[in-house]
Amino acid sequence: MDSSQIRSTAVSILGTIAPEIDPQQIDASRPLREQVDLDSMDWLNFLVALHQQFKVEIPEADYARLVTLDDVVNYLSARIGAR
Amino acid sequence: MIRFELPSLGADMDEGTLLEWRVSPGERVARGQVVAVVDTSKAAVDVEIWQDGTVDELLVEPGQKIPVGTVMATLREPGDAEGPPVTRDVPAAVPEPVSSPPVRPVPSQAPPAESVIAAARHPVSPAARQRGRELEIDVEALQGTGAHGAVTIADVEHAARRASEEPVPDQVAAAQPPAAGERQAQMRRAIAAAMARAKREIPHYYLAEPVPMALALQWLSQRNAGLPISERILPAALLLKAVALSLARTPELNGFWRNERFEPAGAVNVGVAISLRGGGLVAPAIHDVADKPVAQLMKDLSDLVRRARAGSLRSSELSDATITVTNLGDRGVESVAGIIYPPQVALVGFGRIAERAWAQDGGLRVMPVVTASLAADHRVSDGHRGAVFLAALRDCLQRPEELDAGA
Repeated sequence: MDSSQIRSTAVSILGTIAPEIDPQQIDASRPLREQVDLDSMDWLNFLVALHQQFKVEIPEADYARLVTLDDVVNYLSARIGAR
Repeated sequence: MIRFELPSLGADMDEGTLLEWRVSPGERVARGQVVAVVDTSKAAVDVEIWQDGTVDELLVEPGQKIPVGTVMATLREPGDAEGPPVTRDVPAAVPEPVSSPPVRPVPSQAPPAESVIAAARHPVSPAARQRGRELEIDVEALQGTGAHGAVTIADVEHAARRASEEPVPDQVAAAQPPAAGERQAQMRRAIAAAMARAKREIPHYYLAEPVPMALALQWLSQRNAGLPISERILPAALLLKAVALSLARTPELNGFWRNERFEPAGAVNVGVAISLRGGGLVAPAIHDVADKPVAQLMKDLSDLVRRARAGSLRSSELSDATITVTNLGDRGVESVAGIIYPPQVALVGFGRIAERAWAQDGGLRVMPVVTASLAADHRVSDGHRGAVFLAALRDCLQRPEELDAGA
């Protein structure tokens, strides 16, 4: 799976949690939680859905690294290959 | 004979529209079963019945807007004599009037020419009701010209002629929930009414306390390290448990102000303030928070948030909260001084958990801290008691392992 597929899947998962967002408007290099209204429950649900979709483990210690959409995509890319 | 009345589903609700019945005459129902779906200004709610019984008669039709307290149905209790189930389509001659809900007075003597079944607002004869169905007229919205203000067949036919001449905006639509824009406006009005009432009637006092969270967060992260991501626990669940346990010290914060006095509640059912995407707020309850393990609370919380946002809450969740917690930490604010949700007598607020400089043992360290606040009803408790609660809450969160002990 290449990174643009990962990105579009991640964005569509985000859309199920925050249906009001416009995927085109998301700046992948800015913190995601500044652009999309996500509380801690939403964020956890997003990570759970990513885990279920990509079968990647996301330990709590890694949460702090997942700030921008680019961070999320890079994190997943690195781990999908390494399964 | 059981009279099933439309329950109050929150301070901001005094009426609802029946969307559909989930049971029919003759059916047996069990305590806790969903019997109807009612639309409030905020959401469609699954209304539960609190007694076992057999449905006798359904008195309200889908599409009807009724005040809280309206008798929606009658049921036979287990052990009542079995009779033939009575359906809604009652023939014109009904020998005696059925009593009405408390909101509008209804004549105790039926007018001699036609008998009435009182449902919600005005007496409406069964014949007029039937004609209303045929002509698609909302008989409840009519002024009656019959005896004691009863709506007659002539009133219904007159209204139908008027309706065909001009658009009638208040016509009862098919029993569909309102469109999103209208729902938003209704929700805003309901929240406005409840909050204005709360500020008018409840003498609020406010206290706040910074709570060090290092021990609680450490305990949580150790707990979560061993768990798959779908079972991890958020600090929010821990805070709810701590609130529930701390109320044991100050029961005068857990209950209702009704009939000019405080009624303490037996259980701690914590209303959780949940913001809805697109605007609006509901605060449905998680029941018996003091008795549940933190893992269970996390599941309950997650499920509640999902259903609140999807608009599928149960009536007991909307009516049973004995105190409310509002957690605005994710929004990045330090603290919240909230408004109590009547008839409750307290509201606990949390801001964000953030690191600050913290003096401890004569030195400084970096400590994650959350500001816990209490809004309380001064008719029921004084500042000292509120302070005891917040101190208990703070202490509880310094011993996180005890939050699950014996649960």
